[in-house]
Amino acid sequence: MKFTSMFIGALTGATMLCSPALSAELKFVTGATGADIEFAQKTFAAFEKATGNKVTIVPMPSSTTDQFGQYKLWLAAGSSDIDVYMTDVIWAPQLADQFVDLTDASKDVIKAHFPSIVESQTVNGKVVALPYFTDAPALYYRKDLLDKYGKKAPATWDDLATIAKEIQDKERAAGNKDMQGFVFQGNAYEGLTCDALEWVKSSGGGQIVEADGSISINNPKAAAAIERAKSWVGSISPAGVLGYQEEDSRGIWQTGNAVFMRNWPYAYGLGNSADSKVKNQFGVVPLPAGSASDKSAATLGGWNLAVSKYSKNQKEAIQLALFMASAENQKANALFASHLPTIVALYDDADIAAKQPIIPQWKNVFLNAVPRPSAPTKVKYNEVSSLFWNAVHDTMSGKGSAKDNLEVLEAKITKLKGANW
Amino acid sequence: MTSQNLNVTDARNAPTVKVLGTSELTQERLRAAMWFLVPMLLVLAVVAGWPLYRTIYFSLTNASLTSLSGATFVGFDNYYSSTTLKSGKVLYDGILVDSDWWNAVWNTIRFSVVSVVLEAFFGMIVALFLNADFKGRGIVRAAILVPWAIPTIVSAKMWSWMLNDQFGIINDVLKRLGFIEKGIAWTASDATAMLAVLVVDVWKTTPFMALLILAGLQQIPKDIYEAADVDGVHPVKQFFRITLPLVRPALMVAIIFRMLDAMRIFDLIYVLTPNSSSTKTISVLAKENLFDFDKFAYGSAESTVLFLIIAVMAALYIWLGKVRFDGGDR
Repeated sequence: MKFTSMFIGALTGATMLCSPALSAELKFVTGATGADIEFAQKTFAAFEKATGNKVTIVPMPSSTTDQFGQYKLWLAAGSSDIDVYMTDVIWAPQLADQFVDLTDASKDVIKAHFPSIVESQTVNGKVVALPYFTDAPALYYRKDLLDKYGKKAPATWDDLATIAKEIQDKERAAGNKDMQGFVFQGNAYEGLTCDALEWVKSSGGGQIVEADGSISINNPKAAAAIERAKSWVGSISPAGVLGYQEEDSRGIWQTGNAVFMRNWPYAYGLGNSADSKVKNQFGVVPLPAGSASDKSAATLGGWNLAVSKYSKNQKEAIQLALFMASAENQKANALFASHLPTIVALYDDADIAAKQPIIPQWKNVFLNAVPRPSAPTKVKYNEVSSLFWNAVHDTMSGKGSAKDNLEVLEAKITKLKGANW
Repeated sequence: MTSQNLNVTDARNAPTVKVLGTSELTQERLRAAMWFLVPMLLVLAVVAGWPLYRTIYFSLTNASLTSLSGATFVGFDNYYSSTTLKSGKVLYDGILVDSDWWNAVWNTIRFSVVSVVLEAFFGMIVALFLNADFKGRGIVRAAILVPWAIPTIVSAKMWSWMLNDQFGIINDVLKRLGFIEKGIAWTASDATAMLAVLVVDVWKTTPFMALLILAGLQQIPKDIYEAADVDGVHPVKQFFRITLPLVRPALMVAIIFRMLDAMRIFDLIYVLTPNSSSTKTISVLAKENLFDFDKFAYGSAESTVLFLIIAVMAALYIWLGKVRFDGGDR
């Protein structure tokens, strides 16, 4: 026994000595959402075949907040345990110092991606993470209900409210007691920042903190947009919407109890699954705008691949990130898990159009994508976001007017900013 | 207390001065005891002392999670600081003037007091019930511990589904019984969030309280009750005159443990109502500042104050309640 293990040990040692650069053991960390892990395993099998490097997956809870806390601790401790991180689109500025500069490595391929996504991952001219797949919300509408009442998908928020109110009331009168006009994400959390940013931006109220770092949120257009959203609560949206996250709104939508829903692409596939009550009965359009002259806005979400500065196998890790972000792999991901590619050309791909018809439709949504102010506010983004969603949530639950709350919000963000972001 | 003091004096003097009346044997034993204590003290210093020292140290610096080593000393600025502007206006900063902090303190105290009182009350009832002789007592005793045995994170998640306004069983039952028309968003609405957290905590922790009280009850000699019965004392009077005074030491220890535990409540609230300002406690706020926001030093200061509050409370409680941890009464 002892001799055998010694022999194996010696053998392993010899092998390692002979081929130091041939194979590296890489660790990839990601949130464990069923299909993601399954797809990553397929990718890594292909990667190992092509390069001889083995990749192990470290699964994490799917809540981005929980992931962020853990990653921040690992990186702060300079841990070399993880080589490649899957990062949320808003994290880049907060973790930029801990990740390898991918500008050179990606210079041949980066132009193929959506510029807005690349911009969100670029901090001080340094590409922090490679886009892997992307997310942007849209307005889901019930085709059957709109046809029944002779309506078209709305282009402005006011249209949406009018149509939602009419259909909701008529449907309720017809015995459909649980029918709601519009469901969205109103809980006090990051999701509300996304929703409210869309209301404000699409009404010409700016994007909380502008790209140059100036604080723009305290303006009449933003206040009007939030007051408008407040008027939905209890009329076209259930009062409980102030506690909803994505899954709560999808729950109402998928049981056939909502005319409109604001949600991310993942709800599309699930909405068309076998047990869904709205299967084949709904469509998707870009979110409404404030008025006919305003532009629709969709908050940019999505996931990226970053290489840890503390990785002991940086070369191989960068290779892996490039492999995963490549057009071939993104196409496979789109076909397998209906994840939206970050490469512009893939939206015209015939295979994707055939198997996932929704993806080409989403291109219009992306063209209006607005980033959350994570780039200008850097490490203070989480706090800015929390101040913003609290101000919006307070307004919508009747604690003060939007005007007053935004004034206080501006003062708080200004104090947080200090001399410079 | 006095005997402990004596021991300490003896141990200190033993190596140098030979105190009259201290035998070789006693000294030998003291030295041996010291050596037996060393491993435990070392472990305590590593797992409790060092983190505590680091937390207090960071609370006096401007550390952020990304540059822990680059932290510089800023004195008590994280706790309280004031700057005079050129216009003569004075700006105050630090946790002592932070409304979020005081809100969290109020939430923590409210939660701790209400939950511990309810748990002591229900725990006492359950313990009295379990102390009675009936068939299947062993099984009931084991069964009642189930809520305590489930990891908090699991039971919190379970309850958050049960409390859901759309699919939750609690709203469903209330609707079917005709108490409410529309589902209540228990964990989301400011008015009911604290209630939801309290219900779950009481459900979870009452068994623990009951178990500790039951242990106290079983130490009360049966013949006291027999004597009271012979004298014709009413059972209610028996409870207040015999049971309560005799179980008090055990009850006090149970309450103090629960109180210290409740003051640092985190997991339950983190799962049930993570962002609701009506339930945000000191631990949740500290975690938010430490990891989610880039204010590691500020979060450390909050943790330090929480530690001080708990330490002072424990000391006061032991002193005022005359609690002895060996279960006797002083």
